[in-house]
Amino acid sequence: MLIVACIKQVPDTTQVQIDPVTNTLIRDGIPFIVNPYDTHALEEALRLKDRFGCRVAAISMGPPNAEATLKKALALGVDHAILLSDRVFGGADTLATSNVLSAAIRKLHSDVDEVGLVLCGKQTIDGDTAQVGPGIASRLGYQQLTLVDRIVDLNFSGKIIRVSRKLEGRHEIVEAPLPAMLTVVRELNRPRYPKVPMRLAAAKATVEVWNNQVLKLDEQKIGLKGSPTWVSKIFSPDRAVGEILGDGFADPEGTAEMLIEKLLAKDMLPI
Amino acid sequence: MTPNPTIFTPLLIASLAVFAWGCWKRLSLISLGKPENRFDNIGARVGEMLMYAFGQKRVLAKPFGINHFIIFWSFIILLIANIEFILHGVFPWISLTKLPDGILLPLLLLLDIVSLLALAAVVVAAVRRVISPPYPEARTIEAFFILSLIGLLMLAYFGINAAKISRMQEGALAIAKTWMPVSSVVSGMFAPAAGATVYSISWWAHAFALLAFMCYLPHSKHMHILTAIPNCFFRRLEKPNTLQREDFIIGNTFGVGQVDRYSWKDLLDSFSCTECGRCQKVCPASITGKPLNPRAVIHDIKVNLLENGSLLKKNEKSLIPLIGEQGEGSVSEESIWGCTTCGACMEACPVFIEQMPKILQMRRHLVETDARFPEELLSLFENMEGRSNPWGIAPSERTKWCAQIDVKTFDKNSTEYLLYVGCAGSFDSRNKLVTLALTQLLDKAGISWGILGKDEKCCGDSLRRLGNELVFDKMAKENVQIFKEKGIKKVITQCPHCFTTLKNDYRQYGLELEVIHHSELLRNLIQDGLLKLPYLAAGMGQMVYHDSCYLGRHNDVYEAPREVISLATGQKPHEMRRHHEKSFCCGAGGGRMWMEEHSGDRINLVRVKEALEEKPDTICVSCPYCMTMFEDGLKDVQAGATRVKDIAEVVAEGFRPD
Repeated sequence: MLIVACIKQVPDTTQVQIDPVTNTLIRDGIPFIVNPYDTHALEEALRLKDRFGCRVAAISMGPPNAEATLKKALALGVDHAILLSDRVFGGADTLATSNVLSAAIRKLHSDVDEVGLVLCGKQTIDGDTAQVGPGIASRLGYQQLTLVDRIVDLNFSGKIIRVSRKLEGRHEIVEAPLPAMLTVVRELNRPRYPKVPMRLAAAKATVEVWNNQVLKLDEQKIGLKGSPTWVSKIFSPDRAVGEILGDGFADPEGTAEMLIEKLLAKDMLPI
Repeated sequence: MTPNPTIFTPLLIASLAVFAWGCWKRLSLISLGKPENRFDNIGARVGEMLMYAFGQKRVLAKPFGINHFIIFWSFIILLIANIEFILHGVFPWISLTKLPDGILLPLLLLLDIVSLLALAAVVVAAVRRVISPPYPEARTIEAFFILSLIGLLMLAYFGINAAKISRMQEGALAIAKTWMPVSSVVSGMFAPAAGATVYSISWWAHAFALLAFMCYLPHSKHMHILTAIPNCFFRRLEKPNTLQREDFIIGNTFGVGQVDRYSWKDLLDSFSCTECGRCQKVCPASITGKPLNPRAVIHDIKVNLLENGSLLKKNEKSLIPLIGEQGEGSVSEESIWGCTTCGACMEACPVFIEQMPKILQMRRHLVETDARFPEELLSLFENMEGRSNPWGIAPSERTKWCAQIDVKTFDKNSTEYLLYVGCAGSFDSRNKLVTLALTQLLDKAGISWGILGKDEKCCGDSLRRLGNELVFDKMAKENVQIFKEKGIKKVITQCPHCFTTLKNDYRQYGLELEVIHHSELLRNLIQDGLLKLPYLAAGMGQMVYHDSCYLGRHNDVYEAPREVISLATGQKPHEMRRHHEKSFCCGAGGGRMWMEEHSGDRINLVRVKEALEEKPDTICVSCPYCMTMFEDGLKDVQAGATRVKDIAEVVAEGFRPD
């Protein structure tokens, strides 16, 4: 049985600024991180490996430097790390991305082992669409279980999974047959920290790269050409300038009163 | 009245064999340790040994130290008598009496008095153990047994001499009264006719005590009689304020998770501990009721070595894990994480056992080999590696503290000092005020200074003390390269953690910097007249000064901050109950700043309450971590008007009319 974790290299968004002219992210000198939600997907895959002894593959689509992300996965203990990288994959929207990732999962299924589960983060912190995971499930015809915060039960031989989904104000327990695609939330687990010997080995390891000569996808369905959506504008919203009310050091009570009045006037305090 | 060599000699040979076998069995285990060079600078080592082992300098630092000093020197002097006793027992014709009177008589007087002193010291030690032991567990049968043996030895010595005196003629008796006063008094306690019996009983009691002591010694904590002197000789000559680097090569092991991965000196340390408990009485974790006890850590390492030694010699798996919850012989993870690396234990140890590095080596094992650590540290490790600061704030915000003021970036050709602001000084809102105060003072003094700006990164202190050596190593290399490229030679820091890391840890990476803590710099500037304070900062009221561990104990900077306070306020700061090298940690060092305090009393509250005993208006600190711990603590105890100020803020007050 093989579990596939889809991970993405994203810019550390706390450090990203937007170029006001081109409306694109300024990525120069910005460090990349593994998409935080994906680290939880990866961790769950590794926990299932510890529990069931299955194998784990981490896949990532991205430029050649996304190899670093997969090396992190190797340091944590995945068995296969595959980078899906080709110029023709570039400029992809969520549809084109899910096409490439699905093709890779199919190939893993036929070349390595039967795929039982695909795990993705609930969304990436750069695009925030939350569409790629469900897209993969649709392409592959897998069950899709989104926003998973707990795997309640998993039976590979009986091909059944039961999970808890974290919804607003409630939880939902859902059962589905395998193979299934799960998108996960942070509450699912606490990611492990890499051990030094594993890190050293991962640094020396080579990450397998699959380009389109390997996947042999129709170029109309991938990359920019296969992307029906495009970003017309990206911008930082203007933030309203704050106002300093009174002097909290000299007159804390009066200032607090002033604040409450303001909030009441703006109808921002429920009474 | 001669001893019986035919009985004594075989007993002696058997005892010597037991003694030698015991010593060999234990001390040969030291060879399991990894190599470490402690043979450099022999001259200095001999000096240290004379001062601390023979001079007992640290032993004497505590009230009962004088007691140990007496017993120690009695043992050394009485060696003469005991060697004579043994030789006389085997070869009855050997005797001190063969010496000329000019030497013999003063020697007898010395031995007589020293024996009495030793007996008194042993009684004091026994009474102390009953009434008020150094720590409750010190009331062991072992301790009373050994004290009894020493006492018996002394009593028997008097018995032997008294018996001899009881049979003396007039003239000899008068000489004996002068030169063996104690034994003479004892001789008056029995009839001269009983002399022969007293002699035999005393002689065999003496023989028994001596031989029993010999057999027992290597199997007990009294092994320190043999190991403490070499331990002082092999002590780390420079301050043990840093750890050795690790080589990150595939196949290496990282940290210490098995006792034979310690160095031979670490293992010698474990045999040198006499369990006096001075370390645990100064350890902030032990005092506040946490599982860590530095004495127990050293004891557990010894027990682990004794239990596993023979297996490890044969390259077999150890029986008891070094790190675990198995009780004696294992050190619990909670103990390992409890250490604030304040160094108080090492400062207190009379024989220079290095407790802190051993604990940090176990942390390395936990982090690097097992990736097991308190969960709070996960985000710290990731923040440090990803964003080079403990909070995970965007690095682009590092220079926000100086957005409103004009600050120059360090320039190789025109700047003298680098102001290494540090993470707390750059990001923490309270400590940013300290940075601003300091920069004003530097400008007023006309110092040429600059910052690294966007090139400044975290020094990595917390990572090193928490055992995350791989990431520390990476950060240290990056920083060293930046410092070298920019030609930085002189650095000002306001954080003792940056201070020690840049000064002591980076030296291992080939970077020799002149690092000056702002308290030292401000002291120099005021004393040299470069920084003239127009006013006395008297408005700060009564002030106490809290020593930062990494400034004081780890780097011996005690007076500079106090002098700054005196110069700025016109008054010497008050001292807390514990100060200078005996100062008590704020609780934040060793990465504890980033961890929860789950058990016992909170260390910062203990220290805050101690400060408040002096009824201060201002508590003065010289470290951003201490600042945070005191600010938090004062809020918790609702201390009213008492404030915490950094040394730079105190000086800055001198520019403000009251």
